[in-house]
Amino acid sequence: MPKVSMTVNGAAVSGDVDSRTLLVQFLRETLRLTGTHVGCDTSQCGCCVVHVNGDAVKSCTALAMSLEGADVRTIEGLANGDQLHPMQEAFRENHGLQCGFCTPGMIMTSVEMVKRKGFNLDEKTIREELEGNLCRCTGYHNIVKAIAAGAQAMGAKA
Amino acid sequence: MYAFTYHKAGSVAEAASLAAKHDDGKLLAGGMTLLPTMKQRLAQPSDIIDMGKLDDLRGIEVKDGVVAIKAMTRHVAVATSAEVMKALPALAELAAGIGDPAVRNRGTIGGSVANNDPAADYPAACLALGATIHTNKRAVKADDFFIGLFETALEQGEIITSISFPVPDKANYQKFRNPASRYAIVGVFVAKKGGDVRVAVTGAGDGGVFRQKDFEAALAKDFSAKAIENIKQAEKGLNSDIHADAEYRAHLIGVMARRAVAAAK
Ligand SMILES: Cc1cc2nc3c(=O)[nH]c(=O)nc-3n(C[C@H](O)[C@H](O)[C@H](O)COP(=O)(O)OP(=O)(O)OC[C@H]3O[C@@H](n4cnc5c(N)ncnc54)[C@H](O)[C@@H]3O)c2cc1C
Ligand code: FES
Ligand code: FES
Repeated sequence: MPKVSMTVNGAAVSGDVDSRTLLVQFLRETLRLTGTHVGCDTSQCGCCVVHVNGDAVKSCTALAMSLEGADVRTIEGLANGDQLHPMQEAFRENHGLQCGFCTPGMIMTSVEMVKRKGFNLDEKTIREELEGNLCRCTGYHNIVKAIAAGAQAMGAKA
Repeated sequence: MYAFTYHKAGSVAEAASLAAKHDDGKLLAGGMTLLPTMKQRLAQPSDIIDMGKLDDLRGIEVKDGVVAIKAMTRHVAVATSAEVMKALPALAELAAGIGDPAVRNRGTIGGSVANNDPAADYPAACLALGATIHTNKRAVKADDFFIGLFETALEQGEIITSISFPVPDKANYQKFRNPASRYAIVGVFVAKKGGDVRVAVTGAGDGGVFRQKDFEAALAKDFSAKAIENIKQAEKGLNSDIHADAEYRAHLIGVMARRAVAAAK
C-alpha cells in the first residue's frame, strides 16, 4: 500500500492509503479527526472544507496522495487549548449553528474568507463567499452575522 | 471510485509519456471535475497522472497585447491577478464567478478548457477572444478546438500548456447562473477588437459552446445593445432540460448578449 505523509494541525503524520483515498477519508478514518464532515457526493456542500497550505479546499475532492508534504489545518486545529478561535466563539455567540453539521466547513471557509477579504465583511460579500457551503438547517441569517462578528474579532486580535 | 494506479508527474514530458503509455489513463489537474466524476463512477481511468507538482505550468504573463495563462493556473489566481484585471477585466470577472471559493482554489484553466463542459465559462472566453490553445505538441485556434459536448481537438495524452488571449478593445461576460450548481444556464461573452466583434454562447447549445454570428454581424456595424434587439435567436440546437427549455434559453441569450454589450469595457 502506498504511504502518504503530511502535516496536519502542526503535527507530522503519515499513513497507508489506497490510491483512491480522499483527503477527507485520510483525516476521518486514518487520523480519526472526525470534525471534518461529508455532506454530499457532488462537491457542493462545503461541510468538508479544510485548509491546504492556507487555502480553503473541499477535502472530499482531493486525493490524499496528491497532498504529500502539504500543510493541512482542520477544525480541530483552530482552537488554542480550551480557548476557542474568535470565529468559533462568534458562531457560538450569534447562534450560528443549529444541528452543527455544516459548522466545521462554515468556520474553515470563514477563516480563509477573512484572510482574502479582510476584517470588515459586509453581508453581500459574506453571502457570495458562502456560495460553496450549504446549511441544511438553513440558518444562514445567523451564520452571516456570526462571520461578520468573527471577522471583526479576528481583526481586534491581530 | 474504481481502482486506478496513481502517478505523480515530475515534468510535462513525463506526464505526456505516461499519458501516451496508458490509453485509459487521465491527467489530473485541479480534480474539480475529474474527481467528482470518478466518485460517481461515471469515469474509470486505469491510471491517474497527477500534474499537481508541475509548477512550471503555473503563471500569468501580459505582454505585447496578449494575456498568456499557463494551464495549471488556478481560477483564483486569474480572478485576483492585478495584470489580468487591468488588461482583460472581463476574464478576471469570469474567473471570479466560477463555482465557489474552494472550487476556484483548486480548479485550473487548462482543466476547464480540456474538459469543455457545455456549461463551463472559459470556453466562451476562448472562443469570443479568439484565443490560441497551446499544447505540448502544437497550437490550436479556439475556433478549431471545441468540437462538441466534452469533446475537443486534444488527442490522447496531449497536454494543454497555456492559453493565450489577444487583448480586445472591449469585452464583457454575462452569466445567468443555475442557482444550485453555479454553472451557466446561459453565458454570453462579447469581445470587440477593431472592426471585428465576436459573440460566444455557453450553457445553451446542444453541441457545446458556439458563436452567434447574426449578433456578430450586427454588432460589427453598430456596437450597441439596440443593434441586436430585434435579432431572434433560433431555438433549434438549444438544450431543453429541467432547468430551462430551449425557448427560455433563446430568450436569455438575447438578454445576456445585450447586457454584455452594454457593460463591455
Ligand atoms: C461545485 C462546483 C462548481 C463548479 N462551477 C463551475 C462554474 O460555475 N463554471 C465553470 O466553468 N466550471 C465550474 N466548475 C468546474 C471547475 O471550473 C473545474 O475546475 C474545471 O472544469 C476543471 O478543472 P480542473 O483543473 O479541476 O480539472 P480536472 O478535474 O483535474 O480535469 C478535468 C479534465 O481535463 C483534463 N485535463 C486537465 N488539465 C489538462 C491539461 N492541462 N491538458 C489536457 N487535459 C487536461 C483531465 O484529464 C480531465 O479529463 C465547478 C466545479 C464544482 C465542483
Ligand atoms: S462533502 Fe465535500 S463538498 Fe460536500
Ligand atoms: S446547522 Fe445544521 S446543517 Fe447547518
